[in-house]
Amino acid sequence: MFAKRLGMAAMASVVALGISAAAQAGEAHVAITQIVEHPALDAVRKGVKDVLAENGYEEGKGLKWSYESAQGNPATAAQIAKKFAGAGPDVIVAIATPSAQTAVASTKSIPIVFSAVTDPVGAKLVGDMMKPGKNVTGVTDMTPIAAHMQLVKRVVPNAKTLGIISNPGEANAVSLVKLIEVEAPKAGMAVVNAAATKSGDVLSAARSLVGKVDAIYIPTDNTVVSAFEAVVKVGNEADIPVLAGDTGSVERGAVAAAGFDYYDVGRQTGEMVVKVLQGGKPADMAVEGVSKTELYVNLKSAKKQGITLDAGLVGEAKKVFE
Amino acid sequence: MSQIALLGAIEVGLLFALVALGVYLSFRILQFPDLTVDGSFPLGAAVSASMIVVGYDAYLSTLCAMFAGAAAGIVTAWLNVKLKILHLLASILTMIALYSVNLRIMGRPNVALLGEETVFSPLEWLEETYDMPMYVALPIALTVLLIIVKVALDWFLNSEIGLAMRATGENPRMARAQGIHTNGYILGGMALSNALVALAGALFAQSQGAADVTLGVGVIVVGLAAVIGGEAVMNTRTVFRATLACIIGSIIYRLAVAGALNSDAIGLKAQDLNLITAVLVTLAMVLPGVRNPFRKKGGAS
Repeated sequence: MFAKRLGMAAMASVVALGISAAAQAGEAHVAITQIVEHPALDAVRKGVKDVLAENGYEEGKGLKWSYESAQGNPATAAQIAKKFAGAGPDVIVAIATPSAQTAVASTKSIPIVFSAVTDPVGAKLVGDMMKPGKNVTGVTDMTPIAAHMQLVKRVVPNAKTLGIISNPGEANAVSLVKLIEVEAPKAGMAVVNAAATKSGDVLSAARSLVGKVDAIYIPTDNTVVSAFEAVVKVGNEADIPVLAGDTGSVERGAVAAAGFDYYDVGRQTGEMVVKVLQGGKPADMAVEGVSKTELYVNLKSAKKQGITLDAGLVGEAKKVFE
Repeated sequence: MSQIALLGAIEVGLLFALVALGVYLSFRILQFPDLTVDGSFPLGAAVSASMIVVGYDAYLSTLCAMFAGAAAGIVTAWLNVKLKILHLLASILTMIALYSVNLRIMGRPNVALLGEETVFSPLEWLEETYDMPMYVALPIALTVLLIIVKVALDWFLNSEIGLAMRATGENPRMARAQGIHTNGYILGGMALSNALVALAGALFAQSQGAADVTLGVGVIVVGLAAVIGGEAVMNTRTVFRATLACIIGSIIYRLAVAGALNSDAIGLKAQDLNLITAVLVTLAMVLPGVRNPFRKKGGAS
């Protein structure tokens, strides 16, 4: 009661700064907040919108679509979150960590589906990946490490030891390494980690792995990926197959990688949004990892690194470099 | 505009009013254009958030954030008065250094505070007992804080030390002739200014649920817009009015942002915000009766 009266008084004193369009009855309202405009994040948004359209929620025809970008400014992101919390949409879609955090800080009741968040538990968006328990769930763009370890095994079936190179100063890489150290033993491989704190150290780090490992896997670490050719050189010289966490590295000489496309991350997010619109409760919807990955292989590199790729694997590849 | 959006705008406006007061101190009182704030705002957020997540008391953490901000201000002032580096450049140096420092403090680019005990946690008691939602309680609590800060700052600027600081900014040569140690006052003033900005950063992180290394983007512009915008709507002949103008300017700026976000009918979007800011600041500067630092010299007195 008090809150309402205060709000009214404040409203009256500020004379209509904005005119909010009233939602039409029966329309599904999806509000989407994005920290900054950026090709990967824009692809996510497009994916969400396309899936909504395919499920009968088209803008102007059963869907009210509100989109705001904070232009990289966190204070604006906070105000966007407040705007959406006040407008009361059916779902708030929050793209990237800062937008998701401000949305979660602004409402405890409106369902929130986040996307392109690498570590939802670390960002305190959810307490548990399997059982979010509150009004928040979504899709994480964390590399599907378990699937990548399976791929290493398919490419190099008798691999017993896996070499990785990472920069201990890169937060994302550090959490990937932790995950690899959990998942690789499950696939029957021991892990040897070589550190490279700058691009110039990558070559010697790769050389330090020679004789110790049966395959090398390079996680999506900016430092190491930027010097990827150095790893390939060592792999070619010492006949060690090199695999990567991103598909872009295949053209640069990795034998194989199964990466994902941000548009597909968006589509997967869109499917969760549709579920919520149809009555699903975020509390019961587990946070999803990226399910759709695309396989790229490089036959020339395979030859140089002393292996033959299985014909079935090559057949599955979306792109084959020869 | 919904009630939540409106009160949200006032909440963010009050938080950035602390930045505006800090910028008023450096820019108007000391005549020191200080870009350090783009670094000291996230510094305050980083220090308080990192301390809170490892279990320190939220109030102590916020106090430490203010000390960290003060230290940043002293570094900038020291670069200027001791090493004779141009003030603008000195502040840019501190600002870029702080980016790395902030990353070091947090250990990662983002430290989440959602669900942690913050200085605002006691307000949840109001929600439980009087059914007053957080989005109402928060702006009220911030208003109380702002009144305290404003009164203290007014008192300080009218005290003997404050008068000496104002003299330092107005006419350093004459101030020195009167026996005022201008360098000391610049160091102190910059420390105070950046402590206020860091306090704003700490409170912003605690109310929005996370400290992020990108929090500093454009803070100086927002601070200037608030100071100049405030001066445009009221005369600032006394310290009391000048500091009040900072607070009002900051809230007006946030209401304009909220207006832009909620004016789908006129076709304005969040994307247009930077343009709106530029227009706002320009208008404020050309409006008659506004002291314009780029046209003629003279600060608030």
